Amino acid sequence: MSSTADIIRGVSEGSIRAVARALSMVENGTSNSSDILDELFGLRRGITLGITGPPGAGKSTLVNRMISHYRDEDRSVGVIAVDPSSPFTGGALLGDRIRMQSHASDPGVFIRSMGSRGHLGGLSGATRDASFVLSAAGYNPVIIETVGVGQAEVEVADLADITLLVLVPGLGDDVQSMKAGIMEIGDIIVLNKADNSGIDQLESYVKASLELMPSGLKRPEVIRVSATAGEGLDDLWAAVDRFAASHTEKERISRSAIKTLNEILKENGLLFSEKLLEMEYNGREEAEELILTGTMSPYAIGKNLLKAAEGMFEHNGSK
Amino acid sequence: MDRKIRVLIGKPGLDGHDRGAKYIARALRDAGMEVIYTGIRQTPEAIANAAIQEDVDFVGISLLSGAHNHLFPEVARILSEKGASDIILFGGGVIPEEDIPNLKKAGYAAIFTPGAPASEVVEFINLQMENRQ
Ligand code: B12
Ligand SMILES: Nc1nc2c(ncn2[C@@H]2O[C@H](COP(=O)(O)OP(=O)(O)OP(=O)(O)O)[C@@H](O)[C@H]2O)c(=O)[nH]1
Ligand SMILES: [Mg+2]
Repeated sequence: MSSTADIIRGVSEGSIRAVARALSMVENGTSNSSDILDELFGLRRGITLGITGPPGAGKSTLVNRMISHYRDEDRSVGVIAVDPSSPFTGGALLGDRIRMQSHASDPGVFIRSMGSRGHLGGLSGATRDASFVLSAAGYNPVIIETVGVGQAEVEVADLADITLLVLVPGLGDDVQSMKAGIMEIGDIIVLNKADNSGIDQLESYVKASLELMPSGLKRPEVIRVSATAGEGLDDLWAAVDRFAASHTEKERISRSAIKTLNEILKENGLLFSEKLLEMEYNGREEAEELILTGTMSPYAIGKNLLKAAEGMFEHNGSK
Repeated sequence: MDRKIRVLIGKPGLDGHDRGAKYIARALRDAGMEVIYTGIRQTPEAIANAAIQEDVDFVGISLLSGAHNHLFPEVARILSEKGASDIILFGGGVIPEEDIPNLKKAGYAAIFTPGAPASEVVEFINLQMENRQ
C-alpha cells in the first residue's frame, strides 16, 4: 500500500492506515508528498479549530471534551496535537494524547501527535499539510493543539478557521502584559480552570486588556469553563458555532487556499535561494565564509543573488 | 527529509506501575526519538489503534502486575488483525524468565526486566532500524 496512488485513494476513502501513512509522508517531506497534497487539496472541507495557550492550561483536556461534543453530533473528529521537540537531541515526548485516550477505540476519531521538529511558532512545519490530509479524509472538525505557548507563538491563527486561546488563573500580571500578540489571536478566549480561585481576577484582567485592543479589531468572546468538571462547555460550543457561522465554508476554503499559497511561496523561495547560492557561491558554506571574513556583507550577497535570478529570467524570456 | 524513529509506549490492563514506562519513554526521547506515551489503564485495542494512527515504527508494552501472558499477545494479535504486523513489538516490566520464550513466540522482539539499563533498549531499537533498511 505504498504507491502514491494507493495512498491518495486510501485517504479519500477514509482508510485509517492510509491516512496515517500520508501524515508521515507529509511530515517527513518524502518526495511524493506534494503529489499527495496536490490531489487531496480539493477534497478538504469542514472547519479547522486551533487550540492554543500556555503550558498546562488544559488544552488537551479541553480537546478531549471537544471530541466528545462533536462525536455526539455524529461528526468524525481529527486531532493534531503538537508537542515540543528537544532542540538538542531532536527527540520528543508526545503526551497530549494521554488526555484523549478515552477516544482511542472510537473509529470516528483520529488523533495524531507531532513533534515541533525545530519549527518555532507553536506548530510543526508540516501541521498545515497534515490538517489537509485529515480534512480530505472526511474529519470535520480538524482540531489543532499547539505546544504550550508564551507570547509570540501565534502561527495557529494563520492556519485555523477559529482559534481558541486558553488562559488560566495564576497567570496574573502576565496576562496584562500579553496585550499584544497572543491576546489578539484568540477568536474566543477560554478562561479554563474556573473551579480554581483567581478566576474572577483573571476575567477582569483579560477584559481590561481587551479594552486596550485597537478599535478596528473584533473583540473576542470570553467564556469561563472547567474542562475537568465539564462546566461552561455548552456556552463554549455555542460560541464556536456562532463564530463559525460568521464565515461561509467557501470563504474559509478560499482563505486557507491563499494562506497555503503564501506558505508555499516562502518555502519555494528558500529552495530557490539555496539553488542560487549553489550557482553563484558554490553553496551556503562558501557564502558564509565570505561574510565571516568580511569580504562581503549579507546584503551584498542578497543583491547578487537577485541580480543572478533576474539575469536568468531575462535570458529565458528573450529566447 | 526529516525522518524520526517513532515509538509508542503503552500500558494495558489495570496495572498502575508507571515509573518504568515513563523512564523508558524519557530515555528514548533523549536518544532523539519521538515517543508517544498512552498513559496507564489502556485496553489492548486502544493501544493498537493509537499505534496505527501514530504510524509508529515500534510499540513498547510495560507491565509489572503479572498479566503479561494474556495482555502482551493480545496487543500483538489486534495489531496483526488490523494489518499492522510490520510494527516491531517489545516490552518490559516484572516478567519471569520462563515466560519470555512464549512472549517472543507471540511476536515480541525483546523483553527487558527490572534493572535493564535504558541504553540497552536504545541499542535494541537502533539495531532493529538498521536491520530493517
Ligand atoms: C514502586 C512500586 C509500587 C508503587 C508504584 C508507583 C508508580 N507510580 O509506579 C506503588 C506503591 C503505588 C505500588 C503499588 C502496588 N504494587 Co508495586 N511495586 C513497586 C516496586 C517496589 C518498584 C517498581 C518500580 O517503580 N521500579 C522502578 C522502575 C524504573 O523499574 P521497572 O518498572 O521494573 O522498569 C524497568 C524494567 O522492568 C524495564 N521496563 C519496564 N517497563 C518497560 C517497558 C518497556 C517498553 C521496556 C523496553 C522496558 C520496561 O525497564 C525499566 C528499567 O530497567 C515493585 C518491586 C520491584 N522491585 O519491581 C513492586 C511491585 C511491582 N508491586 C507489586 C504489587 C503487588 C503492588 C500492589 C498490587 C500492592 C498492593 N497490594 O496494593 C499495588 C498495585 C498498584 C497498581 N495500581 O497497579 C508487585 C507485583 C507482583 C507481580 N508482578 O506478581 C511487585 C513486583 C512487588 C512484589 N515483589 O510483590 N507499587
Ligand atoms: N482544576 C482544574 N484542572 C484542570 C482543568 N483542566 C485541566 N486541568 C488540569 O491541568 C493539567 C494540565 O492539563 P492538560 O490538558 O494536559 O494541559 P495542556 O494545556 O494540554 O498542557 P501542555 O500540552 O503540556 O501544554 C492536568 O492535570 C489537568 O487535569 C480544569 O478545568 N480545572
Ligand atoms: Mg496538551
